Amino acid sequence: MIVDLPSTTASQINAKLVDLRLRGGAVALGRVLTLVIVTDDSTELEDAIEAANDASRMHPARIIVAARGSRSAAPRIDAQIRVGGDAGAGEVIVLRLYGALAREAETAVMPLLLPDAPIVTWWPGAGPRNPSADPLGALAQRRITDSAAERNPVRALRARAEHYADGDTDLAWARLTLWRAQLVAALDLPPFEPVTSATVTGQSDSPSTELLAGWLLDYLQVPVRRMKAEEGQQGIVGVRLERASGPIELYRPDGRIGTLSQPGQPTRRIALQRRSVSDVLTEELHRLDPDEIYARALAGVRQLKARRKAGVA
Amino acid sequence: MPANWVNPLRDERDKRLPRIAGPCGLVIFGVTGDLSRKKLMPAVYDLANRGLLPPGFSLVGFARRDWADQDFGQLVHDSVREHARTPFREHVWARLAEGIRFVQGSFDDDEAFRQLAKTVAELDEQRGTGGNHAFYLSIPPGAFPTVTRQLAEHGLAGGGQPPGVWRRVVIEKPFGHDLQSAIELNQVVNSVFDEESVFRIDHYLGKETVQNILALRFANQLFEPIWNANYVDHVQITMAEDIGLAGRAGYYDGIGAARDVIQNHLLQLLAFTAMEEPLSFEPSQLRAEKVKVLRATKAVEPFDETTARGQYTGGWQGGVKVRGLLEEEGFAKDSTTETYAAVTLAVQNRRWAGVPFYLRTGKRLGRRVTEIAVVFKRAPHLPFDHTATEELGQNALVVRIQPDEGVTLRFGSKVPGSTMEVRDVTMDFGYGHAFTESSPEAYERLILDVLLGEPSLFPGNEEVELSWQILDPVLKHWERSGTRPEPYPPGSWGPPSADALLARTGRHWRRP
Repeated sequence: MIVDLPSTTASQINAKLVDLRLRGGAVALGRVLTLVIVTDDSTELEDAIEAANDASRMHPARIIVAARGSRSAAPRIDAQIRVGGDAGAGEVIVLRLYGALAREAETAVMPLLLPDAPIVTWWPGAGPRNPSADPLGALAQRRITDSAAERNPVRALRARAEHYADGDTDLAWARLTLWRAQLVAALDLPPFEPVTSATVTGQSDSPSTELLAGWLLDYLQVPVRRMKAEEGQQGIVGVRLERASGPIELYRPDGRIGTLSQPGQPTRRIALQRRSVSDVLTEELHRLDPDEIYARALAGVRQLKARRKAGVA
Repeated sequence: MPANWVNPLRDERDKRLPRIAGPCGLVIFGVTGDLSRKKLMPAVYDLANRGLLPPGFSLVGFARRDWADQDFGQLVHDSVREHARTPFREHVWARLAEGIRFVQGSFDDDEAFRQLAKTVAELDEQRGTGGNHAFYLSIPPGAFPTVTRQLAEHGLAGGGQPPGVWRRVVIEKPFGHDLQSAIELNQVVNSVFDEESVFRIDHYLGKETVQNILALRFANQLFEPIWNANYVDHVQITMAEDIGLAGRAGYYDGIGAARDVIQNHLLQLLAFTAMEEPLSFEPSQLRAEKVKVLRATKAVEPFDETTARGQYTGGWQGGVKVRGLLEEEGFAKDSTTETYAAVTLAVQNRRWAGVPFYLRTGKRLGRRVTEIAVVFKRAPHLPFDHTATEELGQNALVVRIQPDEGVTLRFGSKVPGSTMEVRDVTMDFGYGHAFTESSPEAYERLILDVLLGEPSLFPGNEEVELSWQILDPVLKHWERSGTRPEPYPPGSWGPPSADALLARTGRHWRRP
């Protein structure tokens, strides 16, 4: 069901929510968190809601969308409440904010947060350079940005590396998980030799490739080279870890199937498809504690940049 | 893995990384069976789709059919298409299909096992499965001795493998039909695979809600203080099915509900509900506590008053005319196989002294449901007058295992109005109806655990033997009594004697 509340206030929305719940019976699915989506009032809004609805099947949530409309219009909130079939396993509240309210979205969001439940803020498009200093980021335990959706993804990622605070995370990092899992598993097998250097290949503006290089640098403390992918290749394309007896190589030229080769083992093919937004968002919502590994990967990204500046590979 | 090797990329705080099994393969015996088609093969695909299988994972089918690899591949493909939980992706399937092999033969055919050994060795060569293989015996237990002996003779079993290489065997219920046969079966299996390499599947233990019992009890301060005889009146564990036994006579006739369900599933649920807190969630610690509580569990006598058994008759059930057990094809006209069984158990330790555990299971009951209900004692004193609390029942905590997984808490609440009147209400935690579609199937979890060598969720042979020890006296009593199971109409909640069994102590079954 979709209920429109044009030109309304937070307390009217709250009253309507209670009213809907009373009339619809006690449909209280145990909602485990509030997900605040911050976006512009544009086409990306519905895509973001759809991904969040998908994720809410795994993590039932109240989803509050702060959609910032024209800042020059008269201040107003147009709200829309979606429950039942239109809202995954939770409820969706879309707030279209105009005028001064578009700049101070947190004042409209605050009264609608679920009591006690953790808050996650997600910027599906362009997000703040420093998420934890943003008012909508400050109220959340977990702040999810998506560097890949920025105009300059790598620069955005580096800015976030500068401003990292516990609870920050980025979808570009979750897109790496399958790669990291394969690399970690490969090092669990013989020969048990240290890695001497690493090469990471990917699109020049792929933040995931950057993070992968940073992660390897910080954990292995060996030289990591960053190579550009060929024209037309997407995202991360390959990783190569050099060892005395021969390299471990994970290579994905087409964005779907990876080949894993290592000495003493036949070359193996792995399904390594690029993951959908709802998939990575679901992974993000799985844990709400600080992601120390991400922090270290960001530290690696900063180191990489420093080394590049200093002219060392 | 050498002891001094530290994987530089592994960080124990890294909770995102899925547990991917090391290089390995799975060999399924009885691959054309129902279980294999509906559950095992789809679960293997779902694991592949979630990226949890190692690269090069191989699946070998062993059956009597005269098939080529492609025919078997087609069977897997069809069953995946029909039964898999996750969406079908052509490229995931293509990777999996590369590792599919078929070996044709019967269990006593030496040539077939030579062929199997060759196939497995080839897979190690071509696919890099590293000599690690799990053998899933989805076959009647009568064939276990032959198959395990054949595996040993052809060098497929555990003995003589280089260090670091594993062979595991997976077996399904029934684990025997009484204590004696269970011991014999364990001996047969353990003569070839040591106990660490034997995985006994009880698919209930792969369910999220069963594992949630541990979280509910041991992660919260709220429940554990009242989880004892001081506050708990009794516990009811129910597994009901609305379907009958058409087409299952071969397996079920002579076995009956108690052996089929109580011995394994319900006693495992009892163990999770009643056990003490384990020192840690190490598999050995968990097992130690389960064994301890099962050791303390006894069936309460006299069995004529504390147990019930029934057999469904024909009639109307939910708008469908169904046949009684005696008219089902394959069952003798005078079969005494019970389709409903209820027993009363006592856990003889300080925590549970005097608290009866009622276990019941049956076919063609009201609806399909599995749940554990912990029913609490009434408040010792009610400062309300009698009429105010007439409709107040006992508080209860219900763990709903399937379907509609979740937890319900029942307690009294004031009915709105000017008079004081207290009535039962329920507070409900649902894993969410929608939640289940993305929570993994029990078999996925269990197969992955086999490949990872993680035995927590598998009952050990001691648990199996103890369970029979608890149930054997009841089964013997029923056998000796010379009476027939009591008939009950389909769609009901069992025979009258089951109700009488609780009524004797002033209790009644919950209607689930």
